[in-house]
Amino acid sequence: MSAEPAESPVAPRKVRPFYWSVRRELWENRSIYLAPAAIAAVVLFGFLVSTFRLARSLRAAMAGVERDGLMMPYAATAFVVLATSMIVAVFYSLGALQGERRDRSILFWKSLPVSDAVTVLSKASIPLLVLPVIAFAVIVGANLIMLIWSTIVALLNGFDPRELWGRLPLAFMWLVLGISLPFLALWFAPVFAWLILVSAWARRMTILWALGPPVAVAIVERMAFGTSYVSKLLERRLSGGFTEAFSAKGQAKAPVDSIEAFDPTRLVFIADLWVGLALAALFLFAAIRLRRSRDPI
Amino acid sequence: MACIEARGLRKAYGKTIALDGVDLRVEAGRILGLIGPNGAGKSTALQAILGLTAYQGDLRVLGRDPWNERGQLMADICFIADVAVLPRWLRVSQALDYMAGVHPRFDRAKAEGFLARTTIKSASKVRELSKGMVAQLHLALVMAVDAKLLVLDEPTLGLDLLYRKSFYDSLLNDYFDHKRTIVVSTHQVEEIQHILTDVVFLDRGRVALDCSMEDFEARYREVLAGPEQLAAARALGPIHERQLFGRGILIFDGVAHDRLAPLGEVRTPSLADLFVAVMEPRIAAGSQERAA
Repeated sequence: MSAEPAESPVAPRKVRPFYWSVRRELWENRSIYLAPAAIAAVVLFGFLVSTFRLARSLRAAMAGVERDGLMMPYAATAFVVLATSMIVAVFYSLGALQGERRDRSILFWKSLPVSDAVTVLSKASIPLLVLPVIAFAVIVGANLIMLIWSTIVALLNGFDPRELWGRLPLAFMWLVLGISLPFLALWFAPVFAWLILVSAWARRMTILWALGPPVAVAIVERMAFGTSYVSKLLERRLSGGFTEAFSAKGQAKAPVDSIEAFDPTRLVFIADLWVGLALAALFLFAAIRLRRSRDPI
Repeated sequence: MACIEARGLRKAYGKTIALDGVDLRVEAGRILGLIGPNGAGKSTALQAILGLTAYQGDLRVLGRDPWNERGQLMADICFIADVAVLPRWLRVSQALDYMAGVHPRFDRAKAEGFLARTTIKSASKVRELSKGMVAQLHLALVMAVDAKLLVLDEPTLGLDLLYRKSFYDSLLNDYFDHKRTIVVSTHQVEEIQHILTDVVFLDRGRVALDCSMEDFEARYREVLAGPEQLAAARALGPIHERQLFGRGILIFDGVAHDRLAPLGEVRTPSLADLFVAVMEPRIAAGSQERAA
């Protein structure tokens, strides 16, 4: 081999395309963190207003009349933040690869050394990784503010705050959420991946293209064979995740209230989870291939 | 190795043939103007070069296959596809952050230097900038990249005259260094004539003319002939003739200056006039084909 002069005297700088692609998504879609934070702020406001009843609830709880009343606002906060994140995830995914075609900015993004795979995976990481982390942080943050406020109110009313803390299984709820949020993200991965695939393909009305084919297949199956395997599959995918995560042993009979009932190792061995992940990988692969040939709309 | 090498490049959208066997070779350090009427296939050719569209035929850009290696290729290529492709929600500072974060050859200080000469503020969003300012921003981002090939597809479409002029001026003064290659397509032939080293005319997916500007100046001559010289001038076989203020303006291909000088004032035609001279007979032939 002949000694060739170095092509460029300056070594190319180190770059992090995936990290910056995720940052880029957060710049464009600020609702990813603003929506969960805003809904948590609304709930917090409601909680602050309602604290005039806290002394009464505390008294009732100590008398053993009311068992779940104290914990209810904390769980409700978790629920609304989780629900908001799910809605944001769905709408984000539906627009993920359509928005850049609609505003023609795909021509700018494609002019940079960022592959279609990195782009699609960075977008998929929003519902699969970023939103669960944000939801968890917002829930814990809101819960802590509520706890501090309740403690102050309890002290002002002459209660021992330990009486209050002992009746709030917050650590347990955070543990359940800390495991369930990643689980749910993986459980819903095929749904988000499907929505991203539709967004790479559909020119408009992504929501119709997302819902149409599965619903049509279910109806055709019902009419042609009188069976409903497809609709059962869809129902399992859409509601099964919550049942598995939040009911005791995934039996849909009682809510999780102890670590034995939660049994996190069980979640890993749910076959449907892995089938769904395989499907999600397939959808994302198709979305990467599609993005390569897509033009601005 | 040529910067761009295409052989038999073909592309069809359904029944419409956008590229019909284009051969193209662009050496490093050249500035090629790709000129053609609407629908000639300019954009399709550039999209193929950039790996934005699939094609048939052989195409190597910087030694790579653009369709399958776009991600890697873009480390060495820059392109401005249109004046309005920067996302409207993007802040100028975010554009700089992002470019610095993903592009191994982006020089942020250089981009900031270019922007300092404009009225663009780093906190502004693209949607708050005028069309001309967006073009300035995009050019600043692109010129701060140490790329081997710059592709511009109608980069000044819809901009006013001042922006168009300064766009090409800064491209020449601040960017071009005889090692980089630039390919530019535009309708405004007269604006880029002085910066080009090579020119290709495209017509309905085929190359109608491919020559360097030196060849262009050596080969083509325009004669302003008075009425009494017209017959003699026509005898020399002009490729095009038009009338202006009672005089004939005839364009010749490869006829020596000495033979033309007696007929009237001889000069090099403008690229725009040559474009008309080359295209008109082809368009006429095309409509005859269709009629037959």
